[in-house]
Amino acid sequence: MDHGPAIQYGPDNAAGYKTRLGLILFFVYALVYGVFVLINTVNPVLMEKEMMGGLNLAIVYGFGLIIFAILLGIIYNIFCTKKEKELNSANEGGDK
Amino acid sequence: MIYSASPFAIVVFIMFVLTVLGLSFYFARQTGSSKGYYTAGGTISWPVNGIAFAGDYLSAASFLGICGMIATAGYDGFLYSIGYLAGWVVALFVVAEPMKRLGKYTFTDALDSKFKSRGIQLAAGISSIVVSVFYLIPQMVGAGALVTPLLGLPHYVGVLMVGSIVIVIVATAGMKSTTYVQFLKGGLLIIFSTILVFSIVGKGLSKKPSDDYHNFQRLEAEIKNGAVELSDSSYAVSAVKSSAGIDFVKTEKNGTARWWQVKKEGSGIFLLECLSKTKKGDGTVLYNGEPKEAGKFFSVGHLSSIKVDGREIDKTGRLGPFSFFSTIKESTIVRFPQTVIEDGRDRVYVWYQKETDGSRVLRPGLKFKIDKGSSVTSKLNFVSLMLSLFFGTAALPHVLIRYYTVPSPADARKSTIVAIGAIGLFYVLTLYMGIGAMVNGVLDVESSNMAAPLLAKTFGVFLFAVISAIAFATVLGTVSGLIVAASGAVAHDLMTNFMGIKMSDAGKVKAGKISAVVVGGIAILLGILFKGMNVSFLVGLAFAIAASANLPAIIMILFWKKTTAKGVASSVVTGMVASLGIILLSPSMYAKYGLNPADAIFPIDNPGIISIPLSFIVLIAVSLMTQKKEAPKAS
Repeated sequence: MDHGPAIQYGPDNAAGYKTRLGLILFFVYALVYGVFVLINTVNPVLMEKEMMGGLNLAIVYGFGLIIFAILLGIIYNIFCTKKEKELNSANEGGDK
Repeated sequence: MIYSASPFAIVVFIMFVLTVLGLSFYFARQTGSSKGYYTAGGTISWPVNGIAFAGDYLSAASFLGICGMIATAGYDGFLYSIGYLAGWVVALFVVAEPMKRLGKYTFTDALDSKFKSRGIQLAAGISSIVVSVFYLIPQMVGAGALVTPLLGLPHYVGVLMVGSIVIVIVATAGMKSTTYVQFLKGGLLIIFSTILVFSIVGKGLSKKPSDDYHNFQRLEAEIKNGAVELSDSSYAVSAVKSSAGIDFVKTEKNGTARWWQVKKEGSGIFLLECLSKTKKGDGTVLYNGEPKEAGKFFSVGHLSSIKVDGREIDKTGRLGPFSFFSTIKESTIVRFPQTVIEDGRDRVYVWYQKETDGSRVLRPGLKFKIDKGSSVTSKLNFVSLMLSLFFGTAALPHVLIRYYTVPSPADARKSTIVAIGAIGLFYVLTLYMGIGAMVNGVLDVESSNMAAPLLAKTFGVFLFAVISAIAFATVLGTVSGLIVAASGAVAHDLMTNFMGIKMSDAGKVKAGKISAVVVGGIAILLGILFKGMNVSFLVGLAFAIAASANLPAIIMILFWKKTTAKGVASSVVTGMVASLGIILLSPSMYAKYGLNPADAIFPIDNPGIISIPLSFIVLIAVSLMTQKKEAPKAS
């Protein structure tokens, strides 16, 4: 059969750590996103509430979700890269 | 609206197309192997791949559809931006690295890597094609919408042009040329959208958006003996009709019919000018009572009051990124909703003025029925959409194949983060562009898709030409990615793997190219057929199919050891059939068929809330039932 990984990578000793961290961050973000959807569904008028700089909750929460995703991504990469260096340094064929 | 072609816009457009084609022919010499054709040889660096991700993902739906939806429905359009971006969190934290480790050319490879199952190959291959084709339709519709104002050509010519150019891009150099077209387009889109937003905020807000903005008339009137009488005797009332709970008056002046909205003021009334499009019984179409060429069908969108610190003013001057929204919040926006009037044998589409508080525009509920007058079904429909957007991104075949273009799993992760940064920045800009279009008198009431390019036109031909060319490139980049994904599914998943057709490496490349031509041809046909539908709505449906058919299988293969091949194949088929079935029997599609939407078998338009859990349940149930018969299980 003509499928399966194109490249056989070396063992990734940090894989378990990255999976756990990824799932934790995913659930954190899913919770924040879920609350956003819940407010919009149950009480959309609440989104008119003024928050900061004359902006309402809808804009602050909406922009906040976008910025939060970027921040979580950066944090995730920092921790993953650190762990990869720590655990994979002995694997020459491991992830770079 | 009547659009006139701008020579400068045509020059910019032609230069861009020539550059793209030049890139494709240049890379064609380096694309001899199937690995090179489908994955650019896995040699793309993560920063380039990240921006190419953005170029791939920020489709016509994002640029044209979301801006258009925000321009007509305010914050509700921005909810698409939030959902589209949130989906990348699933891609990064759950899918990116494992997909890179497991797959070769297509997402089917990753699903099938442990099982070697023909059932998975067939189901996932068909699913990739279905999702890609559903995603292709709005891109082609967007292409048709673009060439009309840019080049003064009809819709179908735009669709044909995009289809032909993309077929050349993909058929010459596959993923390599596609990647660099997407990189170029992604970078340019973000740069020039930022420039456009600075221009919008710098210009500020004004009750008269431009010197040539139409001055909508007001006619004084009174009711005498049950009939409407006008103070201006040059107008004669020829009909009074009601629609959407509003009274409308038809007048005749010099043989031209116009429609007016009846407004109450104290104990009296007055009439406000509407826009109208009349489809007459004999087949002729009139715009504001005259042929379209008369140019009496105006662009719309303005503020009727602007308040700053509680004071009413006519214009603000330069604003900041926060004060732009805080001023809109205190102001009143005139929107132009549509209603339909039956006038004898004529069908009249009327766009009437509706004053809406800025605070109402900047919170959800104008489009989605989640506020007053909502029902449990309408709220479920909204939740279903947000669920599909969240889970759809990580299951889109054209996004997933981009993980195979970088050298390592770590590069896949890093390129996803670059993508989130670039895409997130762009989505923040969409709210400025959409609201900017809403109040700057640029909206074509017949098609919201052109809101962003027409907004750019208010800042000069240069910005309009560049933004339009980029919008066109947006379509090119995304369609290229989709055709690579769909042709990979046909040639690699179905022909090579499922059907077991023996081909040399050169033969596989040839099969991919022929598939690309066929898929491109189908996309052209569908783009012409679906003219006029909001592109963001259509993409929302593609997300629902992807989230239902593909994501449960991906997640369970990665995280549930009892997953079996039959479970995966059943889940993909169930998700695809359930989501497609609900879409085809939904109120929106009933309206498209010319039937009454209230008679639709399924009361919701977005299937995700039913089809995603159903797909998970089927996978678990079938896997549990086939435990003893199959080996190996997913690890």
